[in-house]
Amino acid sequence: MSLQPVLVLSHALFCLGVYGMLTRRNAVGLLLALELILNAAGLNFVLFGRAFGSAQAQAFTLFIIALAACEAVVGLGVILGLSRSAHTIFADQVNLLKG
Amino acid sequence: MHAVVFAVLAALILASAIWVVALRNLFRAALSLGLVLLGVAGLFILLEAEFLAFVQVLVYVGAILTLVVFAIMLTAKLQTAPVTPPSRPVLPAAVVSSALFVLLLRATPAFVPPSSAASAPVPLARLGQELVGPLVLPFEVISLVFVAAIVGAVVLASARQPKRPASG
Repeated sequence: MSLQPVLVLSHALFCLGVYGMLTRRNAVGLLLALELILNAAGLNFVLFGRAFGSAQAQAFTLFIIALAACEAVVGLGVILGLSRSAHTIFADQVNLLKG
Repeated sequence: MHAVVFAVLAALILASAIWVVALRNLFRAALSLGLVLLGVAGLFILLEAEFLAFVQVLVYVGAILTLVVFAIMLTAKLQTAPVTPPSRPVLPAAVVSSALFVLLLRATPAFVPPSSAASAPVPLARLGQELVGPLVLPFEVISLVFVAAIVGAVVLASARQPKRPASG
């Protein structure tokens, strides 16, 4: 199986994630776009691990999935805390740290 | 055969990814993200990384997506707030991301796979040996990160409301 099409697909996935990060205002939407980006990275790792017969690439994909789970947990905790204290989930309206 | 399966999976992934970033309804966007994750798991099976495909379905579709859906439903009241800001301008974001796409395509010209001897599926036993051998330090650091994330999430999301009036 040729590798180039998969590479192009993961590039497209990454760029769609970047587009989502740039356009979404809702913090949950930002998290969704971030998951797209992390998936593109994991897909690249698996692809090149398959091409070079490397087991470490798959191990690092496991790490990416684990870190994505951590990131989702902490991010959603922040969003819930935000919705409780600031009464908004729009990333632009959060200016608690603004001097 | 591989090409047909890949084409179907690629179409599924691309269409659902576009839905994820374009749909206004966040709940539907989250469900589309589930489709993307399932498609990527299918690609993992196509690339002969079956274990990763199962992990992807278990962790992503099973756990992360459930969390996201919970968060969407818990904050549903705020999403339809009367002061909902207009969405960000679409055109600059489209220009930036497509420029990035072209740049990535130019940076990875027709990738030549190495000799077919090196291109072999990785057996699961070797993956396990890597995890407890050379990669044991990152493996343990990941478990530390898990503990920190769990504690942090509990602290962040715990229901302490000292400043709320009694009516709340």
